[in-house]
Amino acid sequence: MNLRLAWRKSLNVVMLSMTGLCALITVSALFFILGYLVWNGGKDLSWSFFTHLPAPVGEEGGGMANAIVGSLKLLFLAALFGVPIGLLGGVYLAEFGGRTMPFLVRYTADLMNGVPSIVMGIFAYALVVMPMHHFSTLAGGIALGIMVIPTVLRNTESFLRDVPRSLREGSFALGANKWRMVGTVVLPAASRGILTGVLLALARVAGETAPLLFTAFGNRYWSPGFLQPTSSLPVVIYTYATGPYEDWHRQAWAAGLVLLGLVLVTNILVRAFLTRGTAYERT
Amino acid sequence: MTTTPNAITPSDLPAQPRSFLRRWSGADEIAHLITLIAAAALLLIAILLVYQLWILSAQARSQFGWSFFIKEVWDPVSGDFGAAPFIYGTLVTSAVALLIAVPLGVGAAIFLAELAPPKLSSALTFVSDLLAAVPSVIYGLLGVFLLVPLMRTTIEPALKEVLGFLPFFQGPSYGIGFLTAGIVLAIMIVPFVLSVSREVLLGVARDQREAALALGATKWESTWKVVVPAARIGIFGSVFLALARALGETMAVTMVIGNNPKIAASLFSPGYSIAAVLANEFSEATGNLYLSALIELGLVLFLLTFVLNGLARLLILVTTERGSGVLPS
Repeated sequence: MNLRLAWRKSLNVVMLSMTGLCALITVSALFFILGYLVWNGGKDLSWSFFTHLPAPVGEEGGGMANAIVGSLKLLFLAALFGVPIGLLGGVYLAEFGGRTMPFLVRYTADLMNGVPSIVMGIFAYALVVMPMHHFSTLAGGIALGIMVIPTVLRNTESFLRDVPRSLREGSFALGANKWRMVGTVVLPAASRGILTGVLLALARVAGETAPLLFTAFGNRYWSPGFLQPTSSLPVVIYTYATGPYEDWHRQAWAAGLVLLGLVLVTNILVRAFLTRGTAYERT
Repeated sequence: MTTTPNAITPSDLPAQPRSFLRRWSGADEIAHLITLIAAAALLLIAILLVYQLWILSAQARSQFGWSFFIKEVWDPVSGDFGAAPFIYGTLVTSAVALLIAVPLGVGAAIFLAELAPPKLSSALTFVSDLLAAVPSVIYGLLGVFLLVPLMRTTIEPALKEVLGFLPFFQGPSYGIGFLTAGIVLAIMIVPFVLSVSREVLLGVARDQREAALALGATKWESTWKVVVPAARIGIFGSVFLALARALGETMAVTMVIGNNPKIAASLFSPGYSIAAVLANEFSEATGNLYLSALIELGLVLFLLTFVLNGLARLLILVTTERGSGVLPS
């Protein structure tokens, strides 16, 4: 009997420490990735990396100014296209919707969130690249914009729902109509949470490579306007990492460090500061 | 009744506000309509997505029919296409990923939900959320330059030494291949298993744990025999969700799988996945049939993830009232 108790107790200790080990492995992966990138990419980061165009193929040096600007342009288009639809759709779900329509929209949003990003690339290709007959910043921006919609929509909805009932009732009691109540009371009250959702969604698509491969494509020069193919940081990392030149590999590490830094800093700042005092604990 | 200048007569009182109200209640309808259009736009996009994939894959579907799924040939020059190697590669890498990620993620979730003090638990969850935010091309970068050489020189020879009698661990070690892709995928999907499982475990009522402990169970017995079974449906949901992620993951897999359309039993051999072939060949596809075959692959991938995601949401919905509110976005 005592033997059995000892066995159970030791099993308890062993298994519980195993779960701790699992947690340790998972969490240390992030620090490992970050450390390895800093170690490999840090030494090749220089001022010219941010200000110069890529050097001609086979030559050393050069930078990624066009990729950085290209990524910013793509994000701008994604926000322009995806945020209004997501935001208004979220307002509809939380404030207006009836019975079947909200269920349908909610379910579609969740499923769209799970569609592989490469399939979104095919979609944007069919929608924009095929009619225009060439790759463009616009096509890439639309691909990313579509990916932003479901996240923004669901986030907006859940933060609007968290606004206390008493605020709505107070504004009705003061004689406001529904849209004034939503626009001047509920939306401002939920604005920090909604902004968090928007920024996290943009940070997520900022690192997307797959939907850009055959929409924004790539470009070794500046891309004027929005109708030409453009370079972007994730795609450059992919091309350089799989390319044959030693110098390209070094630059891929540096670009990887810049991209990871941007994504992590955005995530940390947004989660640490914007969510303070809101009910944002779900994600 | 005498009227003083600042008294309000009953006759003006309703008149002004009423017309005011009427005007703005029209605006209510407009606001409703505008937000409805935005919500409907999402539905429209989803329908258009399915429609485009269906229409653009028509040529390949009519040419190859069901044989598309079992043929092992991929020959753009003679225009003969079969999806079997890609479907095989996608499934095998995802299976490897799940075998590693599910024990790791559920174990970590148990630690975070049951053992860790709340402050430590929320700090670790924060780190896991950040891990989920790391772009996949970064995983690919580490995969190419760190994991592939390590697999070639150390891990694969060691596996061959110990488990070489199994058909999965035979043949030459290239470093690239199914196993490497599966390991990279595993690291990528652990945060998803972890965060959903943790939420589901936390949702199990406190009484259940206390009842088990009061009956003399150890902490582990109460966790493993009471809490985990109570949360199992939601944990299955998290596994399906992670599987859907793994199937559709593109860049990291493309960079380490080897891009070789062959079916092989050995996990060491280079292979190909649906997402990887799309990433590599889509922008260079010449000819309508080639493009159409690639889009049919996209359709297959879409349907696979669509079904799995739907199933995952349903399972998680059953165990948590919040439903998809717990899902990482």
